[in-house]
Amino acid sequence: MQKSRHDVWVGLFVLIGAAAIVFLALRAGNLLNLNFGETYTVVARFDNIGGLKPRAAVKSAGVVVGRVESITFDGKTFQARVQMQLEKNVAFPKDSIAKILTAGLLGEQYIGLEPGVDEKVLVANDTIKQTQDAVVLENLISQFLYSKAAEPAPAAGSGAKK
Amino acid sequence: MNWLRPAVVGLAVRSKLAGIGEATRLFFQLIALAGATFGRLRLVVDQMFFIGNRSLSIISVSGLFVGFVLALQGYYTLQRYGSAEAVGLLVALSLVRELGPVVTALLFAGRAGTSLTAEIGLMKAGEQLVAMEMMAVDPVKRVLAPRFWGGIVAMPLLAAVFSAVGILGGWLVAVVMIGIDAGSFWSQMQGGVDVWADVGNGIVKSVVFGFTVTFIALLQGFGCKPTPEGVAQATTRTVVMASLSVLALDFVLTAMMFSI
Repeated sequence: MQKSRHDVWVGLFVLIGAAAIVFLALRAGNLLNLNFGETYTVVARFDNIGGLKPRAAVKSAGVVVGRVESITFDGKTFQARVQMQLEKNVAFPKDSIAKILTAGLLGEQYIGLEPGVDEKVLVANDTIKQTQDAVVLENLISQFLYSKAAEPAPAAGSGAKK
Repeated sequence: MNWLRPAVVGLAVRSKLAGIGEATRLFFQLIALAGATFGRLRLVVDQMFFIGNRSLSIISVSGLFVGFVLALQGYYTLQRYGSAEAVGLLVALSLVRELGPVVTALLFAGRAGTSLTAEIGLMKAGEQLVAMEMMAVDPVKRVLAPRFWGGIVAMPLLAAVFSAVGILGGWLVAVVMIGIDAGSFWSQMQGGVDVWADVGNGIVKSVVFGFTVTFIALLQGFGCKPTPEGVAQATTRTVVMASLSVLALDFVLTAMMFSI
């Protein structure tokens, strides 16, 4: 291979470009926090997942312990079937509760795992029985309005009883 | 109504089709020459020096200022909602997904694309390409292919440099100048930027733009009229066509990549 006087500079250019890609991946994209370790899959069914998306975090005690792998609709039970990958080194009791929570008021939705008390632990392809759906703002508001409408107005109500 | 005459319409359609056919043929020729080109790496390295290294200064300075402006503008909007820390995420996502590849491709068309067109156009006007053919040297293989592949390798690297420098510029304005907490600046960014979906798709975009801009520049240079006016027109067409193609392709790619 002939040497070229540009070799050094092109080499530097390629190195700078590669360093930029590494910077984007590590510093901006946080590749190191991605889990390349072994995982196991568990399933949970929800009546309503709200705005949960694939790759959302699965947290327990606020610490990320896994990721949502896929969300599908189960035509038999009319529920959402959420498949999630948990890190191999954490084991949860069989009666753990999966809740769909929201980070902050308008933040992203994630799954919160609350450990139960069972001696047996979840293994691959187990189903989490107890789940809590996402809070849907419209339902909350309509519940609030219905309960307001149901209770009699204070003045009129007391007058009617007497 | 001269243009309505069948003969005129027919000629226009036929010449357009011939142009498309020639462009497609050249494109597949260049693709097929990949192996032979990288076999003579010295030629590609020389082209990468002219295309890549010489563009590094304009790319990094533009990236820095785009990062500055994004951070300033983002801060003024976000602080109204009390989430000024999210400015890191805003800067990183807009750079990595859109501005990095697109602005780099536009600058690349202006900085490298024009010089490619003018160089090849002048070679053609000076009858150097014909002379090569007379010596049984294929000008597509010897002149065009190294420039094509050099541009394609250089473009993603330049786009990555643009995004990285832009994020550093955003950090300078947001953290050093305005005084946003450095920890939440980076952690918000890391929480929201996905390595494969955002950084990876940005790189895919920049590779596609590298193909587009370099190919249009070479095609215009190779197909230009071998006169001073012809070269001048071809150079202008390179910038216009490459910029418009990049913007249109960006819309299509964004719709495909980030629609869900």
